[in-house]
Amino acid sequence: MEVGQLQRRLVDYTKSLLTEGILDDQFSQLQKLQDESDPGFLVEVVSLFFEDSEKLLNDITGALDQQSVDFKTVDGYVHQLKGSSASVGALRLKNACVAFRSFCEEQSLEGCLRSLQEVKQEYYNVKNKVETLFKMEKQIVAAGGSVPKTE
Amino acid sequence: MTVENQRAGVVVEDMDQDRFPAGMRVLAVDDNPTCLKLLDTLLRKCQYQVTTTNQAVMALKMLRENRNKFDLVISDVNMPDMDGFKLLELLGLEMDLPVIMLSGHSDTELVMKGVTHGACDYLLKPVRIEELKNIWQHVIRRKKFDSKVQNNSLNEDKACHGAGDSRLGVISTLSADQDGKLCRKRKEQNEDEEEDDEENEHENEDASNQKKPRVVWSVELHRKFVAAVNQLGFEKAVPKKILDLMNVEGLTRENVASHLQKYRLYLKRINSVAAQQASMVAALGGADSSYMRMGSLDGFGEFHSLAGSGRLSSSALSSYTPGEMLGRLNSHASLVLRGITSSGLVQASGQNLSSSINTLGQIQPTPLPSNQSASLFQGVLTSLELTQLQQSKCTSSTGDFNPIKDSRGFTAVSNGFSDTRVTVGSSTSLLPGASSHPLVLQGNPQLPDDRGAFVNQYSLGVASLTPDTFDIGGGGCSNFLDHSNNESWQSAIQLSRFSSNAVPLSEPFNHNQFPYNNFVISSIGPCTTNGPIDFSSRSAISAPLEDSRGDAHCQEGLMGNVVQDMNYTLKQRWEEHKQDCNQNLNHTVNTKNSVVSANGIISPLGRSLDQNNAICCKSFDVSLISQLHGGALSIGPHGEVEKTALDSKMMINENFLLEQTKSQDGFIQNNYDSLDDIVNTVTKQEHNQTMLSDVGNSDLMLTLLGLVYETSDS
Repeated sequence: MEVGQLQRRLVDYTKSLLTEGILDDQFSQLQKLQDESDPGFLVEVVSLFFEDSEKLLNDITGALDQQSVDFKTVDGYVHQLKGSSASVGALRLKNACVAFRSFCEEQSLEGCLRSLQEVKQEYYNVKNKVETLFKMEKQIVAAGGSVPKTE
Repeated sequence: MTVENQRAGVVVEDMDQDRFPAGMRVLAVDDNPTCLKLLDTLLRKCQYQVTTTNQAVMALKMLRENRNKFDLVISDVNMPDMDGFKLLELLGLEMDLPVIMLSGHSDTELVMKGVTHGACDYLLKPVRIEELKNIWQHVIRRKKFDSKVQNNSLNEDKACHGAGDSRLGVISTLSADQDGKLCRKRKEQNEDEEEDDEENEHENEDASNQKKPRVVWSVELHRKFVAAVNQLGFEKAVPKKILDLMNVEGLTRENVASHLQKYRLYLKRINSVAAQQASMVAALGGADSSYMRMGSLDGFGEFHSLAGSGRLSSSALSSYTPGEMLGRLNSHASLVLRGITSSGLVQASGQNLSSSINTLGQIQPTPLPSNQSASLFQGVLTSLELTQLQQSKCTSSTGDFNPIKDSRGFTAVSNGFSDTRVTVGSSTSLLPGASSHPLVLQGNPQLPDDRGAFVNQYSLGVASLTPDTFDIGGGGCSNFLDHSNNESWQSAIQLSRFSSNAVPLSEPFNHNQFPYNNFVISSIGPCTTNGPIDFSSRSAISAPLEDSRGDAHCQEGLMGNVVQDMNYTLKQRWEEHKQDCNQNLNHTVNTKNSVVSANGIISPLGRSLDQNNAICCKSFDVSLISQLHGGALSIGPHGEVEKTALDSKMMINENFLLEQTKSQDGFIQNNYDSLDDIVNTVTKQEHNQTMLSDVGNSDLMLTLLGLVYETSDS
């Protein structure tokens, strides 16, 4: 595929993610910040985000698995996840975290477990999408083009 | 960029204004790695020089090593190892650096809390680069402010020779200025400060551009400082003289001046508490300078902590070296004590009191083995001092102590031990031995979070001696204070042992109008013999001597602590007082702690201990904070409370002590409005610190006392 096409695809893809709400403006802002001086910054941040999130998800799962669940602890993890999701622009994931937290406050184990599932789903979803996005970017760069900025 | 950074880092005077803000050195603290990384990247994009850490303690360490290494600090609010607000306070006190808070929450309350704790700004996550591009303004502003202030001070200095005028002026300024931010307050203070001399002018100008080596006010240094201040007499303590007395190489008048400023603020904060204590002490027959000391200890402790012992952090104040302080405090205490006595305190109050007081006095000497005692004393003393200085009212309040006679019971609140935290932490055990007195310490552990330094100080207000409730085993502190339950004296003593810590937070309710009815009396009395920590109980809890006033200064710090202890006993009274206290608490102190306490109080008294403490703490915090920052005291919703808080400050303490309704009256009156608020606040907050507000919980008290007793025995 030639560069121009790749670039167009990328732009469309990014737009669709934004429209769907999987990613939000924060992500676009971060994308815009990427430039020659710091080319891999977004990828770096996002990778860190994935790493961190997975750890948090594990922690949450573990915490909910206890005999007597400490909702405060769970809430703490979710709060962290929410913060980092917001920072990278993972909108739906962030919203899922917000919903999760209200269950924590209610101390509803069932609610929490359900929320956890949702959060996990959103997480994997955004992970896939973003990874796809990065692949596309790589392709463009490999083909000699430059990554277009979403307006 | 590199070059710029280098230049910025190296050149002080020639700071390139054109290039600024590029090269500004920022320290970013956030436990969330993703956010931290992001922040780091964004800041670099703004051309700042960035250092990151995900641990607050590490950040503190870095800053302490070299304050001049950074121009600005950005910190997250929720962090596991230390509460962001606490860090904020510490930084403001110790380093005088602009701090920006960062959080995922945008609650008005939190923002307010940030402001009252001295934050320059409050940003919401996800943070945007546009916002970061402007943060340099805080650095410039602060520098210009200080510069200007110092210049003004200089002029003033020429006009009048320093004596205590400025001080009072400052104090009033501080009190009055509730909305200002820390910067502003500082500015005002500076303007009033006469001690700055010409050098300042130059230094100020340079200051904006350069980093002069910041002085770290270590415990030792602070101790010397307080000793010097005490020696000179609070009114007469001018930086130059203090500097001379301290005789420390490398310390400039300017350093002392700014430290003095902070100290005054601190004292003001605990003033209310101290005042109460003072009254209490006086009431008791005041002989006990030790009480006073305790007060001062607390104040000191707190202050110190704030200043930068940095120990305040939840880890408990232990970092203090009470021993030293104690010595210092004593002098201080005497100072305070004198003040109180003059007010014609309670001395008259029942013989019991006297005896108790005497006992208490004895306690004093016990060199707190741990820093805690010292801190308490300081806190107490300072508060007392402040009280004296500031308010004649207080003194008059003390007069009101008569009720003490009635054995209002003081809540021996161990105020201000900075160690209270320690006490608290170990909390439970007021007794040095550590019996953990659940009552007492309850609040404390939490305090650290909220208040940071202040909170910690809270430490347990020692079991309130409320006479009524104290009947515990006879030792009840309360007995101590007032009534004839001298027998309880013993127990009281024991209690007192622990308590002393209370107070830290008690922010000088300078505004207090409260009569010191609520004298917080740390039951420290006999403790001295018992254990090293005798002090703790000192936190005089403003025994609500008189109902009319109800203003008891609840030493906030004390209250918290005391509350805890007291909670049990004072429940009933407490409620009423709580409200007041809560209010006050909310205002002053720890937003968290106190609030909770406040809530606690209102809520079931039984457990209010925690809550009460919380409340107390809150008030204290608020007060403190406000005082410190000169900003609005009120913690958001507790706005009202604040007002009452002043009045009610003492309340809490009072509650404890005075089970006797008397204080209540005073309290209720004052804080009636606030009560509601407090109640609300209290209920809202959940705080473990239980304030002793519950007078009625004699059972608890008994238990408390019993614990103490036992502990003391062993």
